[in-house]
Amino acid sequence: MILPALPILIPLLTIIFLLFNFQRREWQPWIGLTGALLQLALAIFLAVQVKTQGILVLHTGNWEAPFGITLVIDAFSSIMLVLAGIIAVSVSIYSIDAIDRQRQSFFFFPMVQGLLMGVNGAFVTGDIFNLYVWFEVMLTASFVLITLGGEKKQLNGAIKYVSINLVSSLFFLAGIGLLYGKTGTLNMADLAMKLSLADNNVLMNTSAVLFFVAFSIKAAVFPFFFWLPASYHTPPVAITALFAGLLTKVGVYSMIRFYTLFFVQDKLFWHPLFLWIGGLTMVIGVLTAASQYDIRKILSFHIISQIGYMIMGLGIFTVAGIAGAIFFMAHNIIAKTNTFLVAGLINRVTGSYDLKQIGGLYKIRPWLSILFIIPAFGLAGIPPLSGFFGKLILISAGFNAGEYVISFVALAVGLFTLFSMVKIWNEAFWKPRPEGLPPYEGENENLPVSMVIPVVFLGLITLTMGFAVKPILEIAMNAAGQLLDPKIYIQAVLGS
Amino acid sequence: MEVLLAIVIGLLYAAGVYLLLRRSIVKLILGIMFFSHATNLLIFVAGGLHKGKPQFASDGLTAVSANPTDPLPQALILTAIVIGFGITAFFLALMYRFYQATGTEDLDELKEGENK
Repeated sequence: MILPALPILIPLLTIIFLLFNFQRREWQPWIGLTGALLQLALAIFLAVQVKTQGILVLHTGNWEAPFGITLVIDAFSSIMLVLAGIIAVSVSIYSIDAIDRQRQSFFFFPMVQGLLMGVNGAFVTGDIFNLYVWFEVMLTASFVLITLGGEKKQLNGAIKYVSINLVSSLFFLAGIGLLYGKTGTLNMADLAMKLSLADNNVLMNTSAVLFFVAFSIKAAVFPFFFWLPASYHTPPVAITALFAGLLTKVGVYSMIRFYTLFFVQDKLFWHPLFLWIGGLTMVIGVLTAASQYDIRKILSFHIISQIGYMIMGLGIFTVAGIAGAIFFMAHNIIAKTNTFLVAGLINRVTGSYDLKQIGGLYKIRPWLSILFIIPAFGLAGIPPLSGFFGKLILISAGFNAGEYVISFVALAVGLFTLFSMVKIWNEAFWKPRPEGLPPYEGENENLPVSMVIPVVFLGLITLTMGFAVKPILEIAMNAAGQLLDPKIYIQAVLGS
Repeated sequence: MEVLLAIVIGLLYAAGVYLLLRRSIVKLILGIMFFSHATNLLIFVAGGLHKGKPQFASDGLTAVSANPTDPLPQALILTAIVIGFGITAFFLALMYRFYQATGTEDLDELKEGENK
């Protein structure tokens, strides 16, 4: 069955088509969009397949596990693939007009597809070294995307972004080397089986810590997040939206995968650590966001703060906690990308991201303010939007598991998130424009339809997730149940 | 042999960290290269060192030796070297472009422009 390889092959083929048509710039967005639509359709199809048939496994080259590279799609992977597909489609549509001609003719769309290939590869692989390779594919594409255009501030941000991510990859690689030295296998299912029989936890922690540092840097978790706000605001906003939606979440995905599947022996050490790290990430991210005045910087700090909730779900380590983390991740990927896309629209109208320079948008663009309200209040957790239920599930899971401190911290952080979103609302939409400034560049222009469609699309998903909590939560519960019972995964891969 | 390599790895990591903490981007890149070589050697040692026990029988040998060397770590290192090479090339190009755009390769001199 070739199905599990398709999420990797479709972007690859799209890249090839894009490169063949390198000279025809006007075709590029449409080829990219077709690839993205195919990915979304495939991801939905795969999710249905996983639901009806159980975990999908492909032994590449017919090398039986644990010897070859195994591709595995379980419920959690399939959810992540659908989310990646949604973001791919939205950003591809948005980029048609949002990305300038110059960038479009210099491999913007092939690089977006390359990034998606890496992200999809990381979600489907069942082999830790292969995961490293997909991380590199994803990172290399993101390096090019963040530097594309070569503006001074982009290069400045890129130096930090590239160097810290390389260091994190090397930590990851060192962890793989040590783990292989101890267990003699790279296959995740085989590792899970061998480690469940091993009795020496202390030695395992030496590599577990290396993986933890590597994934924490990728996920921008406290105290490893400083590269994110230093670089994410520099590229064009469509690229930032893509990064914000997917890149850090791949780190969280890997962390959840590793620490539910095979690093489960030393619960006493890891779970309190996750709770601490999650709590600190939330608080510090949200507090630093409060002092910013650039919309993109505020949103970047909020990425960090919200990663904390997902880590908190992992630290609670009950079915409800993990399901909460998955639900929250789904909500966050959609809403976060959307807020960045709306920030792009604001910039299109006003020509600025600086809250001190803009104002009065509610008066001239009432519809834009509604488009902003949905994802922003979704992030802040106002019912009936998706963020409210994400936080509700996590916090009630925390109370049920007896983790009171982190649950109260999560509640308080929600309040501060609301503060930041209201700040953007007040400054950009509500307050009158500061006097003595020239009129907006795009005041009388209509916003391009291709930039509005993805915002509406993602906004509708945020609303739907809020109104259809029960079925989505059931999917997340199912995925969490699978994650917390590694035997299902081991059996699907190793077959015994 | 393991002890010697362990010391070499340690020295490479130490040199790598020292260079990473410099302000000059050239030294930063050199630091990352040291880091990546140290990591490659670490995988090599972690995979186990057995002298003269090839995994695949060569001329004159009919059977594989009893406790052969595991070839997989070397395959992993090869992959890691290739990836590291590509990334280093990219980083060098990025540094060159950065130098062209700013006229400096000292990260501290850019502090003022950072928040724009």
